[in-house]
Amino acid sequence: MDKFTQISGIAAPMPLVNIDTDMIIPKQFLKTIKRSGLGKNLFDEMRFDRDGKENPDFVLNKPQYRQAQILVAGDNFGCGSSREHAPWALLDFGIRAVISTSYADIFYNNCFKNGILPIVLPPEAVAVLMKDAEKGANARIEVDLENQTVTASDGEAFHFEIDAFKKHCLLNGLDDIGLTMEKAASIDTFEASAAAARPWV
Amino acid sequence: MSPKTLYDKIWDAHVAHESDDGTCLLYIDRHLVHEVTSPQAFEGLRMTGRKVRAPEKTIAVPDHNVPTTLERLEGIISNEEGRIQVEALDKNAKDFGIHYYPMNDLRQGIVHIVGPEQGWTLPGMTVVCGDSHTATHGAFGALAHGIGTSEVEHVLATQTLIQKKSKNMKVEITGKLRPGVTAKDITLAVIGATGTAGGTGYVIEYCGEAIRDLSMEGRMTVCNMAIEGGARAGLIAPDEKTYTYVKGRPHAPKGADWDKALEWWKTLYTDEGAQWDKAITLKGEDIQPVVTWGTSPEDVLPITATVPAPESFTGGKVEAVKRALDYMGLTPGQKLTDIQIDTVFIGSCTNGRIEDLRAAAAIVKGKKIKDGMRAMVVPGSGLVRKQAEEEGIAQIFTDAGFEWRLAGCSMCLAMNPDQLAPGERCASTSNRNYEGRQGYKGRTHLVSPAMAAAAAITGHLTDVREMM
Repeated sequence: MDKFTQISGIAAPMPLVNIDTDMIIPKQFLKTIKRSGLGKNLFDEMRFDRDGKENPDFVLNKPQYRQAQILVAGDNFGCGSSREHAPWALLDFGIRAVISTSYADIFYNNCFKNGILPIVLPPEAVAVLMKDAEKGANARIEVDLENQTVTASDGEAFHFEIDAFKKHCLLNGLDDIGLTMEKAASIDTFEASAAAARPWV
Repeated sequence: MSPKTLYDKIWDAHVAHESDDGTCLLYIDRHLVHEVTSPQAFEGLRMTGRKVRAPEKTIAVPDHNVPTTLERLEGIISNEEGRIQVEALDKNAKDFGIHYYPMNDLRQGIVHIVGPEQGWTLPGMTVVCGDSHTATHGAFGALAHGIGTSEVEHVLATQTLIQKKSKNMKVEITGKLRPGVTAKDITLAVIGATGTAGGTGYVIEYCGEAIRDLSMEGRMTVCNMAIEGGARAGLIAPDEKTYTYVKGRPHAPKGADWDKALEWWKTLYTDEGAQWDKAITLKGEDIQPVVTWGTSPEDVLPITATVPAPESFTGGKVEAVKRALDYMGLTPGQKLTDIQIDTVFIGSCTNGRIEDLRAAAAIVKGKKIKDGMRAMVVPGSGLVRKQAEEEGIAQIFTDAGFEWRLAGCSMCLAMNPDQLAPGERCASTSNRNYEGRQGYKGRTHLVSPAMAAAAAITGHLTDVREMM
């Protein structure tokens, strides 16, 4: 997994609430057995018509947002299906951070497994950053994970909270499985006592 | 000892390691696997030379991609990519030595129907699957939730999940349900009341007389849609109905193990005086047969209502409702019962069990579907299909003009060829009405099986109470 330390990039505004993972990556693209290559189908049904022609009104098709690295989105981003294809598609497109008031739990977790930072901020802060994002390519937003800040293009900074363990893993690009395997002795011990207490499992 | 919730008790019994900051390794008793969210996880194991730590606790079944038409009995999956995914699961199950129900096994079906049916799902367990509707298994008093593919790989390799504890939320449904009101109406009404983010960060425990009165299958329907309310897991405390359902199933405990299991299961309830971080109560008698009108499961109204106006909402929801009404082709003020339906889908992990099919068949019996209607019944498993055929239910559906399909996820998420065409409108017993969910530009109204059956007969959304 790629480390996440800080980025300064263009943010695309998506003020819609309840953007679900079916919107982020429709099911016809879940037939892959790979993690890569999903960026071209990110938001497919909003981005393209049936013939594959771009919808010029969709934010990521506008010239100023094609290189966006950040999404500023409405409440409850990433609700619905557990498909990790959603963060895979975002990452493959080039999105490294999302800013919203709230996320669905499974999507939120999935982001951290893929080097994407989902930032939670209060509604007033998201509104300021949404306005900033609407300015287009001239408004670069800065995200600093170490200091837990998002800075708008005019210098106004917002502090965000994040779980310390998740932050540590993201900053260092750590592989969860490797970390857990270091605790194999604890798992062995638990497994033996659970097997004695609940032999039917 | 301070009083505990049911969630607290199951959580405490499964913590294999706790770090100073409260991050835990939660031990997983059952890992369910399907073909769509697992290939990358198995590939990860191969690349790192890791094994499946507990293959005896890992159960796989293909369900999302499998065709539900009869051609499949010859082993045909005409969609090339879908076929590759199913074949990858065949191979992964064999290579890693996990339990497997292949596509044409009689016991195959939707993973959340197969688990309980085969007795893999038991009270007090931790159950995960790379699928958000894993919440279904909470009906047994098991802590069950969906995970992403990286977490699937983590569980395969370590049999644990890195977790922090969620908060406790109580959803109580008091009193009795009125005639024509089902488990599906309860779960949709709860989402309507709390919103799709109302349960985010919580594990829900459903309780109250109306929940106790539900059958195990009804309870599965309620817990199945906990995720649409934002909660990763929904729980119902086990009781005599649970034990009766479980007893004698192929993988349920037997003999002395059964007695020992039962003794523990009887301790799995929320203690008097336990603390809830959030609680809501609905009166069972206030719940009516409901239907969704928009593109979020929170867009719920009683069938007797009219399409709402965007201005009646606040905040970001105003724009979302404008977009939803445009997408759904509806006008504010329109009566929900005036909405014409093109297709009816009965099935899914929400409503693809035998009682669901019985409820729909009771409405359909002796009638014909509306001219031009496309209607299909997709049983949740091969065993449900067999039972329905033996009970004569399949015949009722086919006599009425329904297609009678093989088991799978089918049009719930439309990964296989069962899809809506652009603009086509469906009354569906599934769980999500998102844009494009059942097919590009397809329009979905979520309903109970009986309500879906009623719409198939009349050709429009219908109050099932008028047909009872």
